[in-house]
Amino acid sequence: MKGPLSRLAHTRSGDKGDVVNIGVIAWRAEDYPVLAREVTASRVFEFFRDRVAGPVERFEAPNLAALNFLLHGALGGGGTVSLRMDSQGKTFGAALLRMEIEMNE
Amino acid sequence: MIRVANGQGFWGDWLEAPVRLVEQGPIDYLTLDYLAEVTMAVLEKQRRKNPELGYAADFPPLLGRLAPALRQKRIRVVTNAGGLNPRACAREVLRRAPGLKVAIVHGDNVTARIGDFLAKGYPLQNIDTGEPISAIQARILSANAYLGAFPLADALAAGADVVISGRCADSALALAPCVHEYGWRPDDWDLLAGGVTAGHIIECGTQTTGGNSQVDWQNVGDLDEIGYPIAEIHADGTFVITKHAGTGGRVTADIVKEQLLYEIGDPHRYLTPDVAADFTTLHVADEGADRVRIQGATGKERPACLKLTINYDAGWKATGSLVYTAPDAIAKAQAADRIVRRRLDKLGLRFDEIYTEYLGWNACHGQAAQPQSEVPEVQVRIGVRGQDRSAVDRFTREVAPLVLSGPPGATGYGGEGRPKVREVVGNWGALLPREEIQTSVEVVA
Repeated sequence: MKGPLSRLAHTRSGDKGDVVNIGVIAWRAEDYPVLAREVTASRVFEFFRDRVAGPVERFEAPNLAALNFLLHGALGGGGTVSLRMDSQGKTFGAALLRMEIEMNE
Repeated sequence: MIRVANGQGFWGDWLEAPVRLVEQGPIDYLTLDYLAEVTMAVLEKQRRKNPELGYAADFPPLLGRLAPALRQKRIRVVTNAGGLNPRACAREVLRRAPGLKVAIVHGDNVTARIGDFLAKGYPLQNIDTGEPISAIQARILSANAYLGAFPLADALAAGADVVISGRCADSALALAPCVHEYGWRPDDWDLLAGGVTAGHIIECGTQTTGGNSQVDWQNVGDLDEIGYPIAEIHADGTFVITKHAGTGGRVTADIVKEQLLYEIGDPHRYLTPDVAADFTTLHVADEGADRVRIQGATGKERPACLKLTINYDAGWKATGSLVYTAPDAIAKAQAADRIVRRRLDKLGLRFDEIYTEYLGWNACHGQAAQPQSEVPEVQVRIGVRGQDRSAVDRFTREVAPLVLSGPPGATGYGGEGRPKVREVVGNWGALLPREEIQTSVEVVA
């Protein structure tokens, strides 16, 4: 069964220079393996391909039932250089919740 | 146990927050984090215009307001409000709040030493891209090293009621009281990691008490009365995140986890000047209403280098916008963008970048939202950036004419007026061996 990531996780995103980070946290710890399997760095890169130059890195924090993604080249220069409305990447986290993933373990 | 509160998550945060933290319940230390990466460059420009400026100007009047309560309740203040001019900041604090013992932490400002560092053979290449610093050296506005908690703790040991630093790691503001109170040593890696983790969780203010959180946001009560975060930190490096009773917002493990992961890289190595903290050994658990206990922090040896944050002049930019409505709102907005770009091109204007986005359609979530082909209304927002100010200036005259000469039904121009030309400040991170940075504490009253 497929569904949006929002069913299993919540997120928060922010910036460091031209890099966006997205923390992805499972609502229930038992769903963490599904996140780890489905939400890969390459899928996140593909999902944001229209606005992220890449690469995308993924880090795992199973103790928090969470993943952390670094999206490099994501903000058109970052800081005050960026011409984008969301120059600090605040909305990337909510966007990622739209990703369709396989829900079953 | 010590109670370390944070009353400002950035310069521009809620003015009432520190006052409420002091008045609505017990705290021992009030930290105030004013400095984002870009803030240092803003301060440098202010200081160039007036040598008495260059610090977070909100801070001295706040202390004037708080001084009687701070004295009565024996609350000490630790802040990076000094920015690029901690001495002027301290002077103004003493004028507004006479009788407080104020200490300044020196050593972070290395703007005048860049040439010296290069002569010594430190390349200062870009920490993200590896680019040589020669690309921006002539345009540097400010350069500061991120200091750790120990010089701030020295200032507390000197008896300061108010510790004013310039650039330091945000988390150092909360770690410093721990080092001072508990005598943590520079190689107590696990303890330092505990203090750094507490500092990281509270440094963005209400992002850990229910603000900007996806966790049940519709039902997080009374955000207008939101409580700012308090870390109850123990000598063993464990701590509880909470807020004053009766305040709005909420503290839960899920909310704290959102903040724990906020603006970090590798959670195995959260790098600070004092320790590389490992967030993957933490246990985060709810402990009653609005209380979250964090234990299990571990740390590894601090990095050999300190991070420099260097701001440089990167040219000029402006953004202009128009609103189009249905029918064919998006097609009209896209036509308007084409007209502007053709006119800029025919004028022979050159920019480093022209960027167009459509608010209400694709500006934030882009393709991820699978935007509809028709929307009731959309704002086209065109931005330009370049080194030639006159080209950017001319762009600001090229948006309004479309109201009469472009697709039908353009509106939304009058409110904002002509686009404003803004200075662009680039930020450059680099590494410097920590031995190059000598800190000192100056007690000014």
